[in-house]
Amino acid sequence: MEIFQIVSIGLMATIIILMLRVQNPELATLVSIVAGIIIFMFVISKFSININSIIQMVSRSKLENIYVMTIFKVVGIAYIAEFASQICKDAGEEAIGKKIELGGKILIMNLSIPILAALMDLIFSIINDI
Amino acid sequence: MSISIDILFKIAAIGILVTVLNQVLLNAGREEIAMMVTISGIVIVLLMVVNLISNLFNNVRNIFQLY
Repeated sequence: MEIFQIVSIGLMATIIILMLRVQNPELATLVSIVAGIIIFMFVISKFSININSIIQMVSRSKLENIYVMTIFKVVGIAYIAEFASQICKDAGEEAIGKKIELGGKILIMNLSIPILAALMDLIFSIINDI
Repeated sequence: MSISIDILFKIAAIGILVTVLNQVLLNAGREEIAMMVTISGIVIVLLMVVNLISNLFNNVRNIFQLY
């Protein structure tokens, strides 16, 4: 089972971080980054299979492909921003983490405005028809 | 796309080594060399981690079609 590997990697990383944090906190932060990346790489291969099947499902329905692509982009931006902001928060720099989150939110808004505009167009066309 | 867990133990070993060297040098009264040892340890680990981070970014970019 993969979950046991993930849990053991996490616990081991935690113990290493606790060992290092007193003397050199920079290396402890780097260890936490590396542990996060290792777990992510471990899981991502399984996730990419799911993404392909989702894309196939969408292409079978009559939905436009660009909407699903936007969702994936939003998920990617949210993941990266969350990763960095949590690491900043762990290292005691909560302000920097909040700024990273703000940047991620603004970029996500940038991506999702076209979808909102399309929805608004639809609504206005319905209203005008009535 | 698998990364071995070796790098975690490598970083832990470098951290412990740097800590011990730091203590020894501080006790010997060589504060500036102790500082150098700390900085070089951090730089070595950073060089190891930067590759991993760029790997992560490329992966996320490929999977979520972020360009």
